[in-house]
Amino acid sequence: MNDENLWYVYAVVRSPGPAGPPAGGTLGEGLATVDHRGLTALAEKVPATDFDEAPLRERLEDLDWLARVARAHHGVVAEAGRHTTVVPLRLATVCRGEQGVRRLLEEGEDRLLEALDRLAGAREWGVKLYVDEAAAPPAAEPAGGDRPDRAGSGRDYLRRRLGQQRARQDADDAAARTARHLHEALARAAADTVLHPPQQARLSGVPGRNVLNAAYLVPEEGEQRFRDALPPPDDLHTGLRVEVTGPWVPYSFTRTGPEEGTGP
Amino acid sequence: MTDQREIALVDLLDRLLAGGVVLAGDITLRIADIDLVRVDLKALISAVGENVPSPWRQVNP
Repeated sequence: MNDENLWYVYAVVRSPGPAGPPAGGTLGEGLATVDHRGLTALAEKVPATDFDEAPLRERLEDLDWLARVARAHHGVVAEAGRHTTVVPLRLATVCRGEQGVRRLLEEGEDRLLEALDRLAGAREWGVKLYVDEAAAPPAAEPAGGDRPDRAGSGRDYLRRRLGQQRARQDADDAAARTARHLHEALARAAADTVLHPPQQARLSGVPGRNVLNAAYLVPEEGEQRFRDALPPPDDLHTGLRVEVTGPWVPYSFTRTGPEEGTGP
Repeated sequence: MTDQREIALVDLLDRLLAGGVVLAGDITLRIADIDLVRVDLKALISAVGENVPSPWRQVNP
């Protein structure tokens, strides 16, 4: 038996894992399970031409390839998450041989068991707040600002520029305030929270400026309470928009150890 | 869970690049070892490239 096979490990569940062959996995030879001392890894034998250290390093900078791996990873994790508590592993976790997967389970045993306990019965929700710059309140024009420009009136120009800057600052302040209040209200209805960096519009393709990109760990019995904490769209100021994603497998809350406890 | 076809790649990458338990063991390489800034940069260039023709592509048919 060739023990030099590379194994991509998607996620860990408590044994006995899924009944029958696990679903998903399109990166290699098909999804399999590796059991060790009460933990089951959902893993797949993958080709060394893509997943050995050097090619993997290169491939991960190819967005199309990264997207394919990300979607496959998510497919396996989400499917497993439909049936049981799942601890997703970091994207592109690759072990050498089935023995390597077992050692990973053994060395990570305490942290995996802690995460399985902590994440049981909870799902992750994503909430983003956007400011639509175009719909922000128009710059407060000084008196006479709607008259045609008078050539040479530097003072009018400066006044107008200052007014625009002030209006923009006010809009920024209002957005930051809304983001803070929204996050505080949602955090009260969540077991834990994580703030992701705001997304760049050019990357997301979503109009507006992203000012809050948060994830909330919500126990299933508390989901109604969490949803109630979301503001109805009509309650938001003009130009502000909330987007909710999920439920997700609790990807953002697998961190264990000293850095844990980002919640309120 | 959510139908993955509806999921925006950028939302997924937020979670997959920052989340997921990081373990030692017999790992050959993990995403944490990769220069994520370069990954982001590459993604950004590619996302922009969909709408804006890149000048250097035209000189290299």
